Amino acid sequence: MKGVGVKVESSNRLSVEVNDKSILVNVANELKGKGFDHVKSITGIDFPETRTIQLVYHISSYSDPELAKVILSLKVSVSYDEPEVESLYRVWPSVWTPERETYEDLGVIFRGHPDLRRIFLPEDFEGVYPLRKDFKVKTEGLFVDKRA
Amino acid sequence: MTSGLEGMLSGTGMEVEVVPVEGELNVGPQHPGSGHMRILVKLNGDIIEDVDLDVGYVHRSVEKLSENRNYIHLIPLVERPAILDSIHMNLGYVMAVEKILGVDVPPRAQYLRSFAAEVNRIASHLYGMGILAVFMGHSTGFMWGFGDREVWVEILQALTGARVTNSYIIPGGVRRDLSPAIKEMTEKGITYMRRKLEDWQKIFINNPNIKARMQGVGVMKREDAIRWGAVGPNLRASGVYYDVRKMEPYAAYDKLDFEVPVYKEGDAYARTLVRIEEIEQSMKMLEQILKEIPEGNILSDRFFRQIPPVRLKKWWEGQRRIVMPGYYASFRPPKGEAVSRVEAGRGELLYYVVSDGSSKPYRLRMITPSYRLIYVFKELAKGCRYADLVTVYGSLDYFPPEADR
Repeated sequence: MKGVGVKVESSNRLSVEVNDKSILVNVANELKGKGFDHVKSITGIDFPETRTIQLVYHISSYSDPELAKVILSLKVSVSYDEPEVESLYRVWPSVWTPERETYEDLGVIFRGHPDLRRIFLPEDFEGVYPLRKDFKVKTEGLFVDKRA
Repeated sequence: MTSGLEGMLSGTGMEVEVVPVEGELNVGPQHPGSGHMRILVKLNGDIIEDVDLDVGYVHRSVEKLSENRNYIHLIPLVERPAILDSIHMNLGYVMAVEKILGVDVPPRAQYLRSFAAEVNRIASHLYGMGILAVFMGHSTGFMWGFGDREVWVEILQALTGARVTNSYIIPGGVRRDLSPAIKEMTEKGITYMRRKLEDWQKIFINNPNIKARMQGVGVMKREDAIRWGAVGPNLRASGVYYDVRKMEPYAAYDKLDFEVPVYKEGDAYARTLVRIEEIEQSMKMLEQILKEIPEGNILSDRFFRQIPPVRLKKWWEGQRRIVMPGYYASFRPPKGEAVSRVEAGRGELLYYVVSDGSSKPYRLRMITPSYRLIYVFKELAKGCRYADLVTVYGSLDYFPPEADR
């Protein structure tokens, strides 16, 4: 397929990078046709330098025992300015929870998700995206500083 | 019927009030039958139309906190979400870190990892069955589950020094070696458990009440299990042969002989039977490990060499324990990413670690089995009777802290 970069990382790890997010659903359907039948996780990774969020879908198979040994990571990037991507719920219903979580933690909108609400965090996290790198957690040092 | 009643009441001045049969019921977030979460159940009479799982009451933001911690400091954090299955949480994370570091683990340590993991699996299954039993009002099962679990938790304590949250597995190996006393404890434990499993059969598995509550309840078809992305014993009870220990053997599982129990029924009862049989398979593996465990070091040479000789003499030669070499304090793995998966007690556990070359992970993704069960639970509860909600919940062995992370 055009606009897709495939990389074999080891005997049971594969990565497919989708350069154009508009063909994500087509790529997903293609993969489903090959026997990949469920999504294990969706990871959103924030890259503030390029103002993008990379989405990594980890996909594998239950029905095909040979394919079950493989974990395929399907990668696609979205920009801060338009953090939207088509939901893969119609292809793989197992994205239901991770899409909701990625929406909550990074503010990526999955168009077409049947129930795109926040899931784990308390109410006062509305509009705050904790997994973006500009959200800093206050930390205490491990060692008590010596007095000057 | 109502009109008949109205006819009877006409002229008496009394009226019939029709009570709505549809409504929403709020279950939880306090514990009885809900765990640390709220279940909003939409009912039509007695039948569940939809459930909304309000999860997140025990969310501890492992993924965000990981941005601020060294790789080694993360071990105690990642095992906390599932304290009763912490060996697996620990193992999966360390395996991902090892992949980035490129460390080989000596065979004896691999066997010890499998040993600890199987002991923990038995403990986890017994815990799950105890909870399921008390959900259905079977208090004996609850007491037995927790009582029998104690045997295995004690073995873990003898091996690792802690009952739960063991932090036993470290990059390159494990922290402590097996002693003859632990071997004896395990042999006794296996004999005890085999005897107890017969009692479990009598009081729980073949109990007509339990059968009536579980057979045909919460049936998950094979296609649904695959579509919803179910994991672990729940997946195997729906006729899917999938176990990470077979698909992608880690630790010593490629050298161990065991079977993966699979049932076709897909109901709550089948899920319980899978767990019962897995306990027996785990004990079979423990026996093999005790017999076949090779001699040798329990930490990769690369790290072992860094331990100062004085400390090596005192701890390794004296007590067969590993003291952490200085390397662990804040090592910087090379740039890269790794995906690891293990078969935890409740199912497949996935870690995705991205390293940017600093001493802290750039991104840590932790997908626990219970996390994957959130959607399964939501879909499976639809169409059940309200009284069966707890049976479905208990039979899935859903553990809220593990799902929230």
